Amino acid sequence: MKKNDRGKVFNHKNINKFRELGLLGFIIILSIFIQMRNPNYLTLENINDLIKNTAILSILAIGMMMVIITRGIDLSVAATLALSGMITAMTVRSYPSLHPLLTILLGTIIGLFCGAIIGFLVSKMSILPIIATLGMMNIYRGLTYWISGGKWISSYQMSTGFKRIATGSILGINNLIFIAIVLYIVAYYFVNHTRTGRQIYAVGSNPDSAKVSGIKIDKILFLVYSIMGVLAGLSGVLWVSKFASAQSNTATGYELTVIAACIVGGVNIAGGSGKISGIILGSLLLGVLKNALPLIKVSPFWQDAIQGGIILLAVVVSALVKRSVDRNNLIRREV
Amino acid sequence: MQKVFAGLICLVLVVSMVLGIGSSVNAAGKYAVIFKSAGNPFGEKLMEGFKDAIEEVGGEAILRAPAQPTAEEQIQMIEQLIAQRVDAIAISANDYDALEPALKKAMSRGIKVVSLDSAVNPQSRHVHVNQADPELIGRVEVQAIYEMIGGEGQIAILSATSQASNQNLWIEWMKKELEKPKYDKVELVKVAYGDDLRDKSVAETEALLKSYPNLKGIIAPTTVGIAAAAKVLTDKGLKGKVQLTGLGLPSEMAEYIKSGVCQWMYLWNPIDLGYLGGYAAHALVTGEITGEPGDTFVAGKLGEKEVIQAGEGTEIMLGAPFKFDASNIDEWKDVY
Repeated sequence: MKKNDRGKVFNHKNINKFRELGLLGFIIILSIFIQMRNPNYLTLENINDLIKNTAILSILAIGMMMVIITRGIDLSVAATLALSGMITAMTVRSYPSLHPLLTILLGTIIGLFCGAIIGFLVSKMSILPIIATLGMMNIYRGLTYWISGGKWISSYQMSTGFKRIATGSILGINNLIFIAIVLYIVAYYFVNHTRTGRQIYAVGSNPDSAKVSGIKIDKILFLVYSIMGVLAGLSGVLWVSKFASAQSNTATGYELTVIAACIVGGVNIAGGSGKISGIILGSLLLGVLKNALPLIKVSPFWQDAIQGGIILLAVVVSALVKRSVDRNNLIRREV
Repeated sequence: MQKVFAGLICLVLVVSMVLGIGSSVNAAGKYAVIFKSAGNPFGEKLMEGFKDAIEEVGGEAILRAPAQPTAEEQIQMIEQLIAQRVDAIAISANDYDALEPALKKAMSRGIKVVSLDSAVNPQSRHVHVNQADPELIGRVEVQAIYEMIGGEGQIAILSATSQASNQNLWIEWMKKELEKPKYDKVELVKVAYGDDLRDKSVAETEALLKSYPNLKGIIAPTTVGIAAAAKVLTDKGLKGKVQLTGLGLPSEMAEYIKSGVCQWMYLWNPIDLGYLGGYAAHALVTGEITGEPGDTFVAGKLGEKEVIQAGEGTEIMLGAPFKFDASNIDEWKDVY
């Protein structure tokens, strides 16, 4: 094939879409392979379980994507999630009659508070995001231990209404999935069609020119960490409701899964780019792996290694595709 | 104001005098127990059992627990207890090796050292009190699931991590129990690992149910695993269709035991564990045992116990795990 022809295939719109399509194709091929190994994979029940189990991860990925786009990182999400989940669970234990919506609101406010502190540290105190969030991660985790006294809140201490947040459904769709869908629609509109949303990308791709063009970088940074906090706080409530148990060490290390979902979904770790469709697919790939690896009857000893291998493969494929796209991009410009 | 202050000082002095006399009167000795951290209901019960045992033998019990579950704080406490010249220290260690210098120092001063619940290395103790006899735990769980599923069908095990040594030991004993001809119609289809993570345990349970549609029972010898499995069975409406047993915290399992998703499960009883620790410490102090294999002593209401060789060190086994079912779960769910 001549270079010029390739340039035509990758015209403007295709270039943007192709990477996501590559990942989608990868997931489809993987799914076919899994289905061949275990016919119970592509059943309605399993797909429902898979999406339900991925909902929280995908919600967190929205916030993480925005943070990473601004050239930041948030390591504190899992700790915020645990703190919000623990406080909410303890509140539910003391006030069993509390309306489930109020518990969601409570968790969200706790998350907002946690996120706003980090936003303040990063934007006003100019502390590197990785340092600020690492520090706050430990503080939030420690707070969770301190508040709970190391004790767990168990299923019997939670009201039925609270537990139904995760098991109930709206319009036949499980609440967790429903909440994730709504958040994705809002997030899609926010990052693509609002001024503030576009400014997030501007801050990440070139902070200097963003500043020159009158974008208040401080404000944007504060905003993205606050949004991340809100989503982590919300996820905390959903997590505790889903598993009907709040532990101090809930979701330890989960921040890396969230970051992985973003990176696999094509969010540039150096900032500036990342798409909603990408993180949906990134979360989905991780969800598929978590759901399917126990199903394909491989030795449990290999599961982690296989999971890591597939994630690497997906990233490498995406990177190769992107590189060739970029190269062709340059060639196209020269012509 | 000054009078009140002076009065207070007087009071403090009098109280400390009375306490000082009290302890010197107690000829049967001072026995200290150090748990991992304060505010842990399991630890509270353990120390309660220890205190019961020491009071039965007429000694004085000193109960300690650091604010944070660190070895550093435990070392400080050991130093303090050495200075107080206690006769024995029972400890649930926050670190297997880190306490060695402090405990060796204690032993060199003639203090008897017992570890319980969470062990220290064999060089830094006289004997370890093991809450769980791996053989009994493994066998009793298989017997339970056998009874629940009516004697035949597929079963699976949902464990913690594949490297957890205690879990693997229990699973080995489960497999040995399953070799008996009695279990010919019971088939162990898979050992799954939920890594003691909620989300992974849920995913593994769901996968078990889908991969083996005829699955009759699950044994989960880990508290996160058994609670996650119980939640999945509850949400999927599989109560009665798939049976569940294993080892779990009563608080975590209270709801599911009451609803019948899990008819009964096991765990050791912290009161008995502390009680046995207390008697073991006393037997060491009186010279009834030296911590060598083959030594025997009578541990109050628990009856005769024997010191056995375990790895490089010696241990005393508490015995069969304690059964939690709908009849007793209410009194235990607030304990731990």
